[in-house]
Amino acid sequence: MKPAAFDYYAPASVEEALDQLAELGYNGKVLAGGQSLIPAMNFRMARPAALVDLNNIKDLGYIKEPGEGGLAIGTMTRDSVVEHSKVVMDKAPLVVEAMPFIGHSQIRNRGTFGGAIAHADPAGQLPGIALAMRARLHILKKGSDRWESIDDFFLGPFMTVIEPDEMLAEVVLPPLPEKTGTSYKQVSRQHGSTTQAAIASVVSLDDKGKVASLRVVMMSVGATPLVSSAAEEMLVGQEPSEAAFREIATKASETEIDPSTDMHATAEYRRHATHELIIQSLTCALERAKGKGG
Amino acid sequence: MNTPINIKVKVNGKEYKRAVEPRLLLSDFLRHDLELTGTHVGCEHGMCGACTVIMDGVSVRSCLIFAVQADGHEIETADGLGTEDALHPLQQAFMEEHALQCGFCTPGFLMTIIPFLRENPNPTDEEIRTAIDGNLCRCTGYENIVKAVKKASVKMAGKAK
Repeated sequence: MKPAAFDYYAPASVEEALDQLAELGYNGKVLAGGQSLIPAMNFRMARPAALVDLNNIKDLGYIKEPGEGGLAIGTMTRDSVVEHSKVVMDKAPLVVEAMPFIGHSQIRNRGTFGGAIAHADPAGQLPGIALAMRARLHILKKGSDRWESIDDFFLGPFMTVIEPDEMLAEVVLPPLPEKTGTSYKQVSRQHGSTTQAAIASVVSLDDKGKVASLRVVMMSVGATPLVSSAAEEMLVGQEPSEAAFREIATKASETEIDPSTDMHATAEYRRHATHELIIQSLTCALERAKGKGG
Repeated sequence: MNTPINIKVKVNGKEYKRAVEPRLLLSDFLRHDLELTGTHVGCEHGMCGACTVIMDGVSVRSCLIFAVQADGHEIETADGLGTEDALHPLQQAFMEEHALQCGFCTPGFLMTIIPFLRENPNPTDEEIRTAIDGNLCRCTGYENIVKAVKKASVKMAGKAK
């Protein structure tokens, strides 16, 4: 297989990359880890006229702890670096828990944290994880920059608010409140293969053991990763219970998702799996929240 | 678009200078331009693991990297492991444990397992199974591959790398 011909740029700095993206406009495409883009190019499903390769820009790969808490992860940080980072395990264990589900070790050695989010695959793990973690995204273009909330970021399958002359530079994961538990649950046919359904939960408890805030994100069951508003409406301010989790699972899987049938799973199976995984994920996240002294 | 770009790549310790089209995959560069056919090409979209090589010390899919991106980097392939007379201990263990039949997937397994054993010289069966979950083998059923990795780990640990 051969990708179609393209012009190749390998800028050494962010400034240079932004200049090139500005010049190329709709003809340009950012190449991050390439673990989704290059297969699509090999099949010629994607035929970008020009690639702006970020792999030579060393200062886009980092994991920092900003003063306000949480984590700031550079867009080109390799998945395997995030996966084995002690500080990520400490501050955002949800991210580490989801990592082994992303392809295989060889893919994670090359794939990047920001690249996967910007790719916006509705079956992808990191777009959903970023949504569950209420990430903020730093987007650059020549001469300006902006911050976007992950809630406004995804427009559809493989579509985000990033314009052709822009690039994602950093993903900020805000600090989790105390007494917070997180959990990631996924089903796929084989380890490392496409997500049939997946749930990421973040549950925070107050001093009385009631739910202070929570977020349940459903993956591979719609055009983008989806936040369950039923979960929030039914549980915030309430005592968490298995009965409540079951009620949420039923409502979310019946009314909040739009799964489709493809070679990986039927819509019906995805709906069923979403139901079960919501219960499992919320149960697990609650246990973990309680374990933190809740 | 088709203008070749000059690159300098170290493969198995030897430096190569070539001019490559941007769209040339690293897998095809190794096999066609350098005539190092130890790297096998299977699915060409990152699912099978046959084309796994080591880039700067970690295993990667050579079908999901462009040759131009290897400029200035160091690649290790199965060609550099052992010779027919003096097999690498991992190759020897694969032979002794019957960890291959047709051999198509073998180079990918080897180049996945070598960095894994550098990181984890004394792995459990479970860790071995996780390490090879990105490589498909249609002949062996994997049992003998796990045995071979275990055997090689013991032998290689004795030699320190």
